[in-house]
Amino acid sequence: MKHRTFFWFILPSLAAMIFFIALPIVSVAVQSLFVEHEQIMVEVENCGPFNCETVLQVDNEATAALQEEAPLGRFNGLGTYTNRKHLALKEVGVAWDETETFGAFLSELINLPFYKALFFTLTYTAIVTPFVITLGLGVALAVNTLPQLLKGPTIFVSLLPMIVTPLIGALILFWMVDADGIIGATLQKIFNDPNLSMKASTPLTWIMLIVYGIWSSTPFSFIVFYAGLQTVPKETLEAAEIDGASRWQAIRYVVVPYMMPLVVFITLMQLMDNFRMLEPIVAFSASAKATSLSWLIFNDLRGGDVQLFGSAGATSILTILGVAILLTPVLIRTWRDFNRKRA
Amino acid sequence: MSSSAAARRSKGLIWLTASFVVLWIFIAAGPFLWTVWGSFKVQPDFFSKADWRNALYGVMTTAETGSAFTGGGYFGAWVEQEFWRNTINTGIVVFFTVVISLTLGTLGGYALARSGFRYAFWLLMAGLVFRAMPHITLVSGFLLPFFEWNVWGKLSTTIIVLVAINQPFTLWMLHSFFLNIPKDMDESAMVDGCTRFQAFRYVIIPVMWPGVITTGLFSFLLAYNDFAVTAVLLSSENQTMVPRIASFLGTVRETGDVMFAVAAAVSAMVPLFFLVLFFQRQIVSGLTAGAVKG
Repeated sequence: MKHRTFFWFILPSLAAMIFFIALPIVSVAVQSLFVEHEQIMVEVENCGPFNCETVLQVDNEATAALQEEAPLGRFNGLGTYTNRKHLALKEVGVAWDETETFGAFLSELINLPFYKALFFTLTYTAIVTPFVITLGLGVALAVNTLPQLLKGPTIFVSLLPMIVTPLIGALILFWMVDADGIIGATLQKIFNDPNLSMKASTPLTWIMLIVYGIWSSTPFSFIVFYAGLQTVPKETLEAAEIDGASRWQAIRYVVVPYMMPLVVFITLMQLMDNFRMLEPIVAFSASAKATSLSWLIFNDLRGGDVQLFGSAGATSILTILGVAILLTPVLIRTWRDFNRKRA
Repeated sequence: MSSSAAARRSKGLIWLTASFVVLWIFIAAGPFLWTVWGSFKVQPDFFSKADWRNALYGVMTTAETGSAFTGGGYFGAWVEQEFWRNTINTGIVVFFTVVISLTLGTLGGYALARSGFRYAFWLLMAGLVFRAMPHITLVSGFLLPFFEWNVWGKLSTTIIVLVAINQPFTLWMLHSFFLNIPKDMDESAMVDGCTRFQAFRYVIIPVMWPGVITTGLFSFLLAYNDFAVTAVLLSSENQTMVPRIASFLGTVRETGDVMFAVAAAVSAMVPLFFLVLFFQRQIVSGLTAGAVKG
């Protein structure tokens, strides 16, 4: 295709991506270097019936004028990145110097908001991913043995937890584990503890979020494995059978090796998804016990009366860097494939 | 699996796999069935401390309303809380997002599939990175300029943003779809004297619909299910369904009208249910397209 034709075909799509993806990244980077204005204080004399006292008050008019003049706020350099809410270099240094063991250092570290979110995301990923992969493979193997007639309806039902809006799916589970909901009330009866609440304890909140993660992500791995199973050559399976392999051995030594590239694919998708986890935390109102980087950004933008653009920007840039690092191996591989095809 | 392996399968194994599938179906669909059924009850039934079976039979519902089923939650959500406004907003946002995404995406995807130059590859790579970024990181970049230009809170702004965020995915998917349409088709049309655009118009467009429909389904899901963009970029009178349900939670807890939120959530699920019902094959093929090819 000629350069010129290519250009006109791609132009609308490219313009949309430049204006609403590339430029916002620049805008985020710029914002992250600024911090909100301080409120301008004025001394006001308050006279009561007996005496007069001077108090400090916010000068709303002057603050608004300042905001109007410089909407970005004050220039702060990389200050936002290193403050307590983000990389917290000073606090980490202090914790490193003052703690004796590595464990003690870690427990200091996860009190800092940024590391707390990172720690939750990592734990969540480390637990959810193996479950999603084994459960998905198990369901795919089981569904594959079903009679043709039952496969369609089973796949239909299996798709639901993934297709349904994440916020709604999370809410549905949340209502069930509510202290008065079906699972919550039943657990209270089993443990004979009327005060047992999933929301009140940190470990239970984490378990709840992890269960939601497994529930909503297993369908994807099931579908991918199920499609993969259709491509396993029958001859190899039959050969294994003739050689006396049991069913289990055939799965372990023939099917599973075929599935390995898919395992890598699913793990990658999981990693990306977990970085953007936001809805379950909102739906479970779990932010006091568990947060993610996306939730930190969301909270800066929606949480308080004043929108903290600088803080949100800094977290966004750190998240984007994290995603870019995670993607590097994929990009390198695609680059090699591309060159091989051209050669 | 081959028929001989099936014949060899023992009774025990059949039972094991069958019960595993049944258990999975129960886990996957159970919460939905429970919530749909419960949405027609009153709150003391759906959140019953005394006995979970109350929600099945509707004991309190019968006591309060005289019948085992009540549309009270739906009436509260749709009429009192005017949830229908949010439904219309969602309809507008989703419709325009899908149509614009697909128009831009088919043109761009076709160009990327037919161009072997290095820059086409770099565009696809950039698309891959853009696609992986959490949407909320971009939203934090939009917000301040949108306030300054006074375009914050409008449906049209949100549609443009969703289209842009959707573009990398649409481009990738349609690009790999157009690669499967033989080059000879449009090239022979061009030998016969068509321009590139005419070849696209008269040769490619008639055969591209299966791929466009599959991509459209995923664009639909992205726009319909979105929370990060719509929750931050829409003003409260322009809210779509998903952020509205989230804001129900804050206000409704105090007045004891949780059932409004339950009814609204069930209502928002219905279109997705039919989507999967009618387009199951396309969704499955779309999900696996990226995976099996690696």
